[in-house]
Amino acid sequence: MDKTVNHRAWFMVLPVVLLVAFSAVIPLMTVVNYSIQDTFGNNQFFWAGLEWFEQILSSERFHNALLRQFIFSFIILGIEVPLGIIVALSMPKRGWTVSLCLVLMALPLLIPWNVVGTIWQIFGRVDIGLLGATLNALGIDYNYTQDWLAAWLTVIVMDVWHWTSLVALLCYAGLVSIPQAYYQAARIDGASRWKVFRYIELPKMNRVLLIAILLRFMDSFMIYTEPFVVTGGGPGNSTTFLSIDLVKMAIGQFDLGPAAAFSLVYFLIILLLSWVFYTVMTNVGVDQPRGEKGQ
Amino acid sequence: MTLTLDGVSKLVDGRTHIHPTTLTLQRGSLNVLLGPTLSGKTSLMRLMAGLDRPSSGKVLWDGEDVTGRRVQDRKVAMVYQQFINYPTLSVFENIASPLRLQGLARKEIRRKVEDAAELVKLTPLLQRKPLELSGGQQQRTALARALVKGAELILLDEPLANLDYKLREELRAEIPRLFQEAGAIFVYATTEPHEALLLGGNTATLWEGKVTQFGPTPQVYRQPGDATTASVFSDPPMNFLEFTKSGGHMVYRAEQSSPALGAVGALPDGRYRAGFRANHLTIERPAGEALSFTAQVAITELTGSESFVHLDYGKDRWIALVHGVRAPAVGQAIEVFVDPAHLYFFDEAGGLVATAAYAAAA
Amino acid sequence: MARITLSNLAHSYLPHPKGAEDYALKRIDHAWEDGKAYALLGPSGCGKTTLLNIISGLITPSEGRVLFGERDVTELATEQRNIAQVFQFPVVYDTMTVFDNLAFPLRNRGADAAAVDARVRAVAEMLDLTGSLKRKARGLTADAKQKISLGRGMVREDVAAILFDEPLTVIDPQLKWQLRTQLKALHREFTHTMIYVTHDQTEALTFADEVVVMFDGEVVQIGAPEDLFERPQHTFVGYFIGSPGMNVLPARIEGSVARLGETALPLGRAYDALNTEKVEIGVRPEFASLTGEGDGLPVTIKRIEDVGRHRIVRADFHGQEINVIVTEGASLNAEMTRVRFDPGHVNVYADGWLVEGSAL
Repeated sequence: MDKTVNHRAWFMVLPVVLLVAFSAVIPLMTVVNYSIQDTFGNNQFFWAGLEWFEQILSSERFHNALLRQFIFSFIILGIEVPLGIIVALSMPKRGWTVSLCLVLMALPLLIPWNVVGTIWQIFGRVDIGLLGATLNALGIDYNYTQDWLAAWLTVIVMDVWHWTSLVALLCYAGLVSIPQAYYQAARIDGASRWKVFRYIELPKMNRVLLIAILLRFMDSFMIYTEPFVVTGGGPGNSTTFLSIDLVKMAIGQFDLGPAAAFSLVYFLIILLLSWVFYTVMTNVGVDQPRGEKGQ
Repeated sequence: MTLTLDGVSKLVDGRTHIHPTTLTLQRGSLNVLLGPTLSGKTSLMRLMAGLDRPSSGKVLWDGEDVTGRRVQDRKVAMVYQQFINYPTLSVFENIASPLRLQGLARKEIRRKVEDAAELVKLTPLLQRKPLELSGGQQQRTALARALVKGAELILLDEPLANLDYKLREELRAEIPRLFQEAGAIFVYATTEPHEALLLGGNTATLWEGKVTQFGPTPQVYRQPGDATTASVFSDPPMNFLEFTKSGGHMVYRAEQSSPALGAVGALPDGRYRAGFRANHLTIERPAGEALSFTAQVAITELTGSESFVHLDYGKDRWIALVHGVRAPAVGQAIEVFVDPAHLYFFDEAGGLVATAAYAAAA
Repeated sequence: MARITLSNLAHSYLPHPKGAEDYALKRIDHAWEDGKAYALLGPSGCGKTTLLNIISGLITPSEGRVLFGERDVTELATEQRNIAQVFQFPVVYDTMTVFDNLAFPLRNRGADAAAVDARVRAVAEMLDLTGSLKRKARGLTADAKQKISLGRGMVREDVAAILFDEPLTVIDPQLKWQLRTQLKALHREFTHTMIYVTHDQTEALTFADEVVVMFDGEVVQIGAPEDLFERPQHTFVGYFIGSPGMNVLPARIEGSVARLGETALPLGRAYDALNTEKVEIGVRPEFASLTGEGDGLPVTIKRIEDVGRHRIVRADFHGQEINVIVTEGASLNAEMTRVRFDPGHVNVYADGWLVEGSAL
């Protein structure tokens, strides 16, 4: 549908364009600039070409961080998406409990991320943390500062606690829009609960599920604040995900060149994977391109 | 003011939604767009309003090219199928909203709103919210809102389709009165030929994005220009008979032949498709000359005052509309009759060869 | 398959109903005979969908009982009642093929594959869906989807009844003809009890053996289409059925004559004195005719509408509207200023209800 042309719209967009230019585009160009040059910090630049990219892409440290990141993201998706769907299915659709539920679900999403990290950091501490102390009292050997498995589990549980609500709320929005007639017809057809889910609810939730998965994937792939506050990347480098590694390199070691190259590679990986996800998910179940009015 | 569409067409993703159309609507005319769903009625109305830009062609108001003009700058009002009203405003405020945008004085707004409410019979309900009203009342609110702003072009997109059949009848009877009061160009889209006939004015029949005919309603009904228009403008669906005329005979169903009576005799030899409406197919032999066929009763539907007898004639399905309660047994072979003066003759491609004699005479 | 009996049934959506207006469905006692086709006809809000949902089990009535044969099913859930229901908007499982859609109810009940195949094909044949069996349900037109909804209802042979809730709402007028005749043919073939809810009189009268007319939660009349047409028991039935509806005019009745203003009209039956203020006569436009001179009501013609197969003349008699149907070909000219009614088809109503009268 193309509307009649209205040039006034450009003026409305101008402030945002300028803002985005200053806060995103120009810094991005700066990074590109750094990634292809070498500097010792005193404004002297030497052309480095693709040297930093080669260094990064062949570095074992980078590969390890990348692998950790992938494993983390897929575990997160694997837990949060089904859990979110289950929670959405259990949330009430009518009555006064609806508002209560929605508020409770929204709460974890409203907490600043470093506060989330701090909550779990203290919660999991062996000496004063409720979780840490309880587990150790029960005889389980839990210490996230020393044991890599404990560190991973803590970070994963924290992320699930923090973000499952997002998936749940999105799926809930999709569920609530299903007309009653479908459920009634399914009852009359004698469909079991699983069949109702598979043939009515899941197809209707498709679009929102796509958004939820895409969002969670991108966010978990870029995760920084929460694990950093809890574990700092440790013990050792067992929870050093890509962004944590990047920051170590850029600010810790002040290797601006490699760090800039790292950023760009990181950016391109996310872009590529998001595109792949999106294409795969929108093409699943598309067979007839015929449009229908009102449907 | 006159609205002219000059060669206007609409393509979406390479598919033609509206074929190049040229149409002129006169000031103070009621125009019906008649066609099945997805035939392009809504697309055409959106092009007239300026909600969509045509892919080719121009839209002219009184000769002036307004193709690129935004819809807010045109004097257009639209009423939709789904009773669209502002849910948080009262009926009074709903009707007043376009006037407030125009910046009229409060006294003036009040007067105009009360006049419009009077016209659509909503005066006692002015303080209610739309959701507290019945479907018919909500649609009247939308109508009043469209009428109050003094628009020159008022578009109604199947406005009665979501109403009960009786409510639809009542509201439909009021539309001509509203139309006369407004003095604007009315464009009314519908899928029912019955509605087009009751509203009168002019009718444009649409089929798959093309306007097949446009003219005064009784004329389009009685003198369709092709088989498509005749089909679109028939309810029950039009009955068709294929036959070959040779010499003084007409041959149909490859076997039977009968003398070419009346208007049939006047045709040159060749293959034809004759179309005739359900109310012209009778079970009783008419007084004058008539063609007769033997068909099998498939099913009968009774409406109390009339009966629809569905017949199988070879592979064709015919419907006869007869008065009173007549229920011949299913499966029975009965004789049915058609007066040749009621036959429309089309060639094999659907073009009109000769219009029905009774229509030409009227 | 069995008789469905509604005993002392009433329903209110409010937990503590106080008066009649709190009830969506007022007291009803009715038995639906096995194998007949019924229509529930009425304007929106009259309670017909509520009644349908009570029969199918989607709503439990607040009062009264529902019996299938001898069995009290009032508390039973829908799945256990063996009912099929077709909704207003096509309900299809988008991700399945047409075949799987039709097979769904059978497979859920554990029927074996061969039986499922045979039955699905039989139903698809009846509904003209055989060509689309392999296609995904998603991309089909509205009427094809509605046929699938219908087919899912028909596919179970042991259903007690099939309920239709305004199923032709989304269908184009041209296709409505086909679907209506298919429904009727289905009823002849499969002999299930069918209950069809609609606000469209043509659909109701053409489909049903018996029509139940409802208004404001109450059943106003039950009868065959011809009876509803010829002798409506209530002025509402006269108004609701027929397009345009029955002409209702206040009158004074003296024996076998009705007086409207100055004019005396002959009636087909004789009536005793009626002790109420609200006395009216009802005549359908089909039984009214325009005439030039002689007796009849003097009227002014306001508008003539040409509907192709007949014309509707809207006339005015002292501020009251009288509609007359003039068949195609009959003459109509400006000298016709009087309306005559066929005495045999003039009904007398007191307080809205039909008065029988005695033979002349």
